[in-house]
Amino acid sequence: MTATLLTRRRALASAFALGVSVEFLGRQALADPHSQSRKLVIIVCRGGQDGLSVSPPVGDAHYAALRGAIAIPGFEAANGALRLDDTFGLHPALQTVHALALKGEARIAPAVATPDRERSHFEAQDVLENGATSPYAISTGWLNRALQALGPRSGVTAIAVAPTAPLILKGAVESASWSPGGGAEPDHRLPAILQDLYAQDPLLGPALAQGLATQGMARAANAEVNQEMANANSSFSESAPQGLTNGPAAAGYLRRGLPEARKIGLTLAAFMTAPGGQQVAAISVDNFDTHANQGASAGQLAARLAYLDAVIAGLHEGLGAEWSRTLVITATEFGRTARVNGTGGTDHGTASTALIMGGALTRGGIVGDWPTLAPAALFENRDTRPTLDMRALFKAALRDHLGVDRRALEALVFPDSAAARPIEGLVA
Amino acid sequence: MTAKTSLQGAIAVTRLGLGARPGEIAAASADPKGWVLDQITPMGAPPYWPEMPSAATRFIQFAAARQERRTAAAAAAKTGQPAPDPVVQIRALIRQDAGVDFLRRIQFAAATDAGFQERWALFWSNHFTVSGLKPQAANLIGPFEQEAIRPHVFGKFEDMLVASSTHPAMLLYLDQAQSIGPNSRAAAFLARSGRKPGLNENLGREILELHTVGVEAGYSQADVTEFARALTGWSLAGPNMPDREGQFLFRPNAHEPGVRAVMGRRYADDGYFQGHRILHDLAVSPHTAHHLATKIARHFVSDTPPDSLVQTLKAAYLRSEGDLGEVARALVGAPETWDPSPVKFKTPYEFVVSSARIGGGFGARPERIGPVLASMGQRPFAAPSPKGWPDDAASWADGDDVFKRLSWSDSYARQVIAERDPMALADAALGPRLSPLAGRTIARAETRGEGLAILLMTPEFQRR
Repeated sequence: MTATLLTRRRALASAFALGVSVEFLGRQALADPHSQSRKLVIIVCRGGQDGLSVSPPVGDAHYAALRGAIAIPGFEAANGALRLDDTFGLHPALQTVHALALKGEARIAPAVATPDRERSHFEAQDVLENGATSPYAISTGWLNRALQALGPRSGVTAIAVAPTAPLILKGAVESASWSPGGGAEPDHRLPAILQDLYAQDPLLGPALAQGLATQGMARAANAEVNQEMANANSSFSESAPQGLTNGPAAAGYLRRGLPEARKIGLTLAAFMTAPGGQQVAAISVDNFDTHANQGASAGQLAARLAYLDAVIAGLHEGLGAEWSRTLVITATEFGRTARVNGTGGTDHGTASTALIMGGALTRGGIVGDWPTLAPAALFENRDTRPTLDMRALFKAALRDHLGVDRRALEALVFPDSAAARPIEGLVA
Repeated sequence: MTAKTSLQGAIAVTRLGLGARPGEIAAASADPKGWVLDQITPMGAPPYWPEMPSAATRFIQFAAARQERRTAAAAAAKTGQPAPDPVVQIRALIRQDAGVDFLRRIQFAAATDAGFQERWALFWSNHFTVSGLKPQAANLIGPFEQEAIRPHVFGKFEDMLVASSTHPAMLLYLDQAQSIGPNSRAAAFLARSGRKPGLNENLGREILELHTVGVEAGYSQADVTEFARALTGWSLAGPNMPDREGQFLFRPNAHEPGVRAVMGRRYADDGYFQGHRILHDLAVSPHTAHHLATKIARHFVSDTPPDSLVQTLKAAYLRSEGDLGEVARALVGAPETWDPSPVKFKTPYEFVVSSARIGGGFGARPERIGPVLASMGQRPFAAPSPKGWPDDAASWADGDDVFKRLSWSDSYARQVIAERDPMALADAALGPRLSPLAGRTIARAETRGEGLAILLMTPEFQRR
């Protein structure tokens, strides 16, 4: 890895440069050194992340046929899957995650799902974040209730990388929030969605195209400002798959590139490692709803996975020695159909992959069972069958990593989850 | 949820009203025409801020501030201190008042149950534009609308015309207050001290061109000058008349003596009533009927309205001698009004108001909507000319405007209404006017915020 290593001091300075308020950094924690020194980061991947591309089971006899043109090639192929074991690899865009896996600091849970089976983004994200079995059962987030269970004396606090706290962190305990750039992060997909919607609109179609073109020009004029950051990050930008400038819309609308993604990870790490910093963080990575042209080793999904990988890289780098006491988990609201659809994409499915990373992780193979992609094994003859309740993963992290009390875990944090028993031996 | 909504109900609420609040389309669907007609009341449109200080009070406050500023400047000059910047001070005072008025108005629009009443009032307020681009008129715009426009929006047009033409805000905005007849006693008096006051044609011209008969009526420059002469003396009282300060005042000494001829009619000199009778004749003129009917049809139905609708409205106007309640009823009764295709592109004000109606307000920092509207090209209370804001698509749908709408929709959706269900809100906002394509696009959104932003940016929500 040839990337220039930013020191913590420099990362903090960059947080200031981004206009970040650091008032909440002053909080001095006391109490339980066990939980206080441990860090937990939940990365919510929104849109329904395709687990079969995140951790392609290239050794599964049915994988290549189901996936057709969007199958990730085998380990030996150029730009093929990055090998984990005989069955599973990682997507070639997930280079940082793979490097961690080789050191025993990253594992996959390849068939994990929330209790929700409705395949609606909104409802499934609600269930993922509220920790209940239905979208409207609870209006607070399980991560917030975990802080509540730990109590103020634990000194454990949380930060959300978002303009306002996402549901997972909403609730009685106040948490900090930080948003890259200070304001709302614009939705990258909106321009492209609207261009489709305006295709037959003689007024709005041309107007939006023109507006985006003007914005693109304005952005190009500012491009040199970002050049320094890109230079300092050459290893990531060189390994970036194609597809980042996908279509005219993406070029214009404040799309965040890999250097910014890595900087978000670095800045979050700077918050968490500052004196009195937060031990718990939630961050969202969007745009995984790949209904069409999702691509394989390169393409749309590869670009989003590279973005995710860059956030993780920044986090890993910025946490430094603290990485050894950190657990990072990615989770998505649902996976996608096992078969490629008619438009080179995949539709809403059920089980997907969770990535579990960090120095606190116990070395080992996949987490949970692999149901295989055999026709009879598919859920409703279309999706990866869930073999692991996502709450079992979260409960293990909260109990064994942060030290959340077992009874509070069942009664307060994840009610009605007795069947989803915490995974044993996940953290050291 | 869609069971009780009808297309006509949706049109009533979104085209004739200011956009749906949740449940409003369903409520209007049983009797869409009745929903509109019930809002046509002889009292006009209610004040959006009943406690707003009157124009006279604002005028006095402004004059007092100006006096204080002069005193302070004189004191500073004596002591050699640098004087506070007078322009900055006065502007701040005006901005504060006008800003509060505007915020009250837009929040009222976002919350009212009588959306048609409010749209109709906004139309007439824009028809008789007073713009804050003239600083001394800015803090009177709110009082002007409440005192001269809103009470008359379902009454006789003539009453509104007279109320507007005699209101301090209009008299100041269009320079009428200092117009003096060249042969008046006041002119002779001022000439002795070496000053040359004169006639100001501004108000007279705009009444003819914009407020009443319109340029197509074929009046001449001589008509404008004659009308302006008739209006001389229409002014307002200053500090030397403390009990009437800031109110309309007819100054006989400034009135140009003589008979006036305007558009082929002769008007004897009976002081104030000379101008008043011209306004009466203008108000009932078929040219005025045609001008207003065309403008109403353009505002409510299409940038290029069908002539049949214009004729319907014009006939109602003439039949009722300019009764605007009757014109509004004719609009509701006309089949062209209920054309299902949404073709009128919303102005920025209409767009953010309709968003706030479906979203339940402007969020924790409502005052931010002012700069947002400015960025979309519609700075609060700052119409570019006496003609008011345009309401055609070509004026509002350029690339930058649409991009600004997209940016605002995105942040409004994510920050103010992020937890709402996009499909339920789409149904409540548009009812049967939501196209299948837009519905599918919203349903496929990845997050609630994204779905809500798409809803606000759908072609049908951008239009009415």
